[in-house]
Amino acid sequence: MRRLEVFKSLLKDSFEIITQGSKKYHLWMAFLTLLILGGMYCYSIQIKDGLSVTGMTDRVSWGLYISNFTFLVGVAAAAVMLVMPTYVLKDIDFKQAVLIGEGLAVAALVMCLAFVIADMGGPSVLWHMIPGIGVFNFPSSMLTWDVIVLNGYLFLNITIPFYILFRHYQGKKSKKRIYVPGALLSVFWAIAIHLVTAFLYQGLQARPFWNNALLGPRFLASAFAAGPALIIIILAIIRTHTSFKIEDKTLKKIALVVTVAAQINLIMLISELFKEFYAPTHHSESAYYLFFGLDGKTALLPWIWTAIAMNVVATVILTFHKLRNNFKILFFACGLLFVGIWVEKGFGLIVPGFIPGPYGKIAEYTPTAIEIGVTLGIWAMGAFLFTLLTRVAIGIETGKLRYNKN
Amino acid sequence: MDEGNKKWFSLGLGINRKHSKASACQKTSGCCQSSKDENPNESSLKKDGFDQVFELPMDRRSAFKKLTASLLIGAGAASTSCSFFAGDETKEKAQIEWEEQFKGNYKLMSDEEKQKTVDRLVRSYQLRTGKTINLSSKNAEEDVLFGYAFNISKCKGYMDCVNACVEENNQDRNSQMQYIRIHEMKDGKGFNFSEADDNYYHEVPAEGHFYMGTQCFHCDNPPCVDVCPVEATWREDDGIVVVDYDWCVGCRYCMAACPYDGRRFNWSKPIVPEEDINKNQHYLGNRVRKKGVMEKCTFCVQRSRVGKNPACVEACPTGARIFGNLLDPNSTIRWVLENKKVFRLKEDLGTEPKFWYFMD
Repeated sequence: MRRLEVFKSLLKDSFEIITQGSKKYHLWMAFLTLLILGGMYCYSIQIKDGLSVTGMTDRVSWGLYISNFTFLVGVAAAAVMLVMPTYVLKDIDFKQAVLIGEGLAVAALVMCLAFVIADMGGPSVLWHMIPGIGVFNFPSSMLTWDVIVLNGYLFLNITIPFYILFRHYQGKKSKKRIYVPGALLSVFWAIAIHLVTAFLYQGLQARPFWNNALLGPRFLASAFAAGPALIIIILAIIRTHTSFKIEDKTLKKIALVVTVAAQINLIMLISELFKEFYAPTHHSESAYYLFFGLDGKTALLPWIWTAIAMNVVATVILTFHKLRNNFKILFFACGLLFVGIWVEKGFGLIVPGFIPGPYGKIAEYTPTAIEIGVTLGIWAMGAFLFTLLTRVAIGIETGKLRYNKN
Repeated sequence: MDEGNKKWFSLGLGINRKHSKASACQKTSGCCQSSKDENPNESSLKKDGFDQVFELPMDRRSAFKKLTASLLIGAGAASTSCSFFAGDETKEKAQIEWEEQFKGNYKLMSDEEKQKTVDRLVRSYQLRTGKTINLSSKNAEEDVLFGYAFNISKCKGYMDCVNACVEENNQDRNSQMQYIRIHEMKDGKGFNFSEADDNYYHEVPAEGHFYMGTQCFHCDNPPCVDVCPVEATWREDDGIVVVDYDWCVGCRYCMAACPYDGRRFNWSKPIVPEEDINKNQHYLGNRVRKKGVMEKCTFCVQRSRVGKNPACVEACPTGARIFGNLLDPNSTIRWVLENKKVFRLKEDLGTEPKFWYFMD
């Protein structure tokens, strides 16, 4: 009963803190709301007219939505790179950063689910997927595995920080024996969401571009580079705009994680390129299309080369300690890396899997304005949610939000 | 909508024909709203109570007049009464839509449940268009396994098969969806699909070219079936790979998994002009689809299960297409497999297509 009371008060206090703030905060939220509304409008058109309003066709049947979904799974998994040093290796105290990382995971997962729903032809019959009421093709379909791991990870990332914050809100210490097992589990789970999402594509013998044993590991490497890179940028913003304390050594440690992951990612890229181009087979055509274009169709060339350039430059910058330890350069490199990997995953992974088609037909894909509108709306929704979550979390952690017994 | 066998999700919206005056009125409204050719359909349904009186085609008009007149006096407002009546068909539609929305996966339905959903769909079509369709839910026959063979020497690229397929299977005319693709290949280049043209607009047979058709190969080990998260697509006992259009969630994972470009998606609401609709339909076959679901070649399940050849086989002017029961030792398809040098596409993928190519 008392807990319920506390919870009610927490909700009330949270509502207060998220509705009040500086002008900058209000502007930021208004901007996001505008994008969300735009996205909703675009989605309403898509609902009315069908997925034909997107650039997808029978030839390229997955596009921007699934690309973003894939990328965001990686961002969600990045929280693990903060959880592990804190709770498992007990190496460094990331505890405060961890809460932010988990908030980011929640926002990323919500975006993932939104992207999947946006991609569905029949969102109104999605209940067919709910085990028990519908038919859940487990374990045969990797998509059902993905539903399980994503929702499980979402659950873990909501409950663990909620427990910690709920205790802190009451001015109590959180008990390690309660949340550490969950944190440990989430470490393995994060790797699972990645591998399973990669297996979604990797398991298709129809698409040689994806049917490649390196896909899963490369997913992990790029995710552990892009996710923590984003966290570094977010922590830097939080540090300058709130009284939330984040030490330099925390940022430096995360930067090291980013660096190693980015390096591994590049090594794997080289391995992939070698395999595709040293002794090209019929199965290398998608890679040829992606990197050099086929039959004069070159829509992805600028994207993939920009992405590779960004990745290489960012990795080189990060590799030098002197450059990495300079925060301004670090933030720049992280931004470069994040965008680079987003482009690489977004344009360079899903779309070329369909090109050329099963019989060699080359039909290109360009997202439409409506598709881009929905995508922006979902990203804005994620940012909106993340802002709310961090605002409450920071409020509690800095002691501004406390349960008042009266 | 069997009254005695209501599901938890049944709304029970005033279409209960057994009792209440409302159900009597309902039929009069049927008269007022839809064309007269609805009557024979109506009478084929079971009637009781007031329906039996009011349903008689001869009586309907006068009964309607009388009823309207009395109601006009009684209620004192024509509009009120009209909208009240108009509600009944809408209600039945709503009820059907509701039950259709929450019905289960066809694959897991009993024969009785299959019949019920078929009845609902037929009725719903009646309500919408005033016309009757013949919708079958015929299951696979025993000792039947369908297979297909394609004679590359004979095909001249006329594409009569494609047209027949579109007409038979009620495919979306707007997007010009086609299950069959005919690939025009250059002589002397072998089976070079990447240089082939599957979208030609010129006189055929073109000099120095040969033709090869592809469609769903109805794999015995279909990758599309494994990946479906909701089991909306499966292999029937007679080997046909089908889709339950009402169960499909439209994720298009099957499309990504198909190595043969055998699947199509309804990116918009499929449009088939009413007069062009083939009304001889099967639940798993050519019934009219909705937007956002997958569809594919079903070897014309509505035809093949009643002993006919698929439309493409029947339409082919050169006899390049051969269809039959692989389990029948006397079938033509068996003769082809035993006497011709047949091959299949992408056999290395382990999908075991039931679609063979051969040459004379």
